[in-house]
Amino acid sequence: MAEFEKANSVGEWFDQRLNTSGFWRVMMTEYWIPKNINFLWAMGALLAMLFTLLLVTGIFLLMYYKPDVNMAFDSVNYTIMQEVAYGWLFRNVHGVGASVVFLVIYIHMFTAIYYGSYKKGREMIWLSGMLLFVTFSAEGFSGYMLPWGQMSYWAAYVITEIFGGIPFIGDELVIWIRGNFYVADATLTRFFMLHVLLIPMAILGAIVFHFYTLRFPHVNNEEGEFFDYKEESEKYLAGKKAESKVIAFWPDFLSKDFMVISIFMIFFFYLVFYHNAFAMDPVNFDKADGMKTPAHIYPEWYFLWSYEVLRGFFFDIAGISGKSLGLMAFGFAQGIFMVLPWLDRSPMVKPANQRPIFKYWFWLLMADLFVLTIFGKLPPTGANAWVGFFSSITFLGLFIALPFLTKIEAKMVGGK
Amino acid sequence: MINESRRGFMGKAFGAVAAVGAVGSLVAMKKSWDPLPSVMAAGFTTVDLSNFTANKLEIAKWQGKPIFILKFGADMPEVEKRSVKVGAHYYSVMIGLCTHLGCIPAYKDSEHTFKCACHGGEFNAAGVHTFGPPPRPLDIPPFSIKDENTIVLGEVGPEYTELIARLSTDTNIA
Repeated sequence: MAEFEKANSVGEWFDQRLNTSGFWRVMMTEYWIPKNINFLWAMGALLAMLFTLLLVTGIFLLMYYKPDVNMAFDSVNYTIMQEVAYGWLFRNVHGVGASVVFLVIYIHMFTAIYYGSYKKGREMIWLSGMLLFVTFSAEGFSGYMLPWGQMSYWAAYVITEIFGGIPFIGDELVIWIRGNFYVADATLTRFFMLHVLLIPMAILGAIVFHFYTLRFPHVNNEEGEFFDYKEESEKYLAGKKAESKVIAFWPDFLSKDFMVISIFMIFFFYLVFYHNAFAMDPVNFDKADGMKTPAHIYPEWYFLWSYEVLRGFFFDIAGISGKSLGLMAFGFAQGIFMVLPWLDRSPMVKPANQRPIFKYWFWLLMADLFVLTIFGKLPPTGANAWVGFFSSITFLGLFIALPFLTKIEAKMVGGK
Repeated sequence: MINESRRGFMGKAFGAVAAVGAVGSLVAMKKSWDPLPSVMAAGFTTVDLSNFTANKLEIAKWQGKPIFILKFGADMPEVEKRSVKVGAHYYSVMIGLCTHLGCIPAYKDSEHTFKCACHGGEFNAAGVHTFGPPPRPLDIPPFSIKDENTIVLGEVGPEYTELIARLSTDTNIA
């Protein structure tokens, strides 16, 4: 064993044993972030904050929630909401947080698309981020089942039914996932397990991995500029901070993140206290009833765009049933963002507004996702069904066209 | 060299033990999610048809699913092909879940039509899909006819076997 000197302080005692000062330097004071960024770069820290908030409120809800079809509804709507001191607060923060976390995820994701932060060595950042999107979606879906209201029940029913579309094993698979012929007690308890244990563990692992993927390619900047981090960090350490293109993660970058988090938290708790209805669907305050479908079923707002792609195909085309087409389009929509780094064939790393073709593609995608989200909420009748169909086709078309468009763009800018 | 081959053996032995363990664990985990025996066993529902009125939908519950039973009136078309004759009357006996994504369609008696609110699917009184995304007619649950006013859901009777055989050969069900 190495010789240990007597420590002169508690800090030194830990430093000798855990190299805390080295760890702090590598992770914080000498972890370099580009200077040329804006508030959109604070979304990551914001998401870490929101996840912590969901975890803590979840722990408190867990102490009174009962994962049983006969008790779940009352344990939420009576015990937690009315009896437990501040139970309503924990539930509102958890519910509003779950909704708002997707808003910030989308901002984070489309910031990455806008600035080309998935390209040229940053593919793993993008993939691990999409893995987080998928695990958060699973977490949102499984959590939505727990209050055991009508929307909980029918969302669970419709989503598990989707697996029935898988060829050959579909019907058996649905029964296996539910543990019954319908959404029942077995379904509730297993999704409860997924929501409070397995998926959160996966999310925690994926978050650590996502942070790690940033280390070598580094965070992108507003202009997509590539520079020598070693050289710039040496300038910074030599005291030429104004000249250097980088800042330290701590205290420079995080202090601004904390400012953004503060402003966001004020807005967030305003929603929690005064405008929480958007995250509390009135239909879900009726207890789950497997014999009565609500007049109109829709998912939470953050799933509406993919839900609309699912139901956009309401008629058969070329002998393939509308249901199968919808499922295929839905599967496509779930997977296609993953491979974005390979669909974008232009080597240009620039914000979208500086890219001659991509800028149209980007804003068209935004508009289409907006339309899909709006019409995902509306009943699928008459003209709505057709808007759904054409906006679904547009979604698919945009991604199929992307490799060709960006190839043309690459030629236009001359391989820059 | 002797060390190398010993290490190689240990590696292969560990690989074999781990593979057997992994397969065994996966089987056990998969099976633990299967429906429990009590769920599989609870499968029969007896329905008394004596008080049914024509063109009024009655819903029975079988295996947690709503079962549509619709007595046909004289003015309603599509009688024989997909319906069940119990006593002197014809009935539609169907699982009341839209074959698209499993919502429960509502019956509009004035139009003799089932309409699904979720994605706009429609079925006629015999359960045949006529509009929207549903890929096939409403499913028919196993049943057997006990007497002129009673059927048992979940039991495979001769009338059910015959009906299913007829539907599988007759492609022109609509």
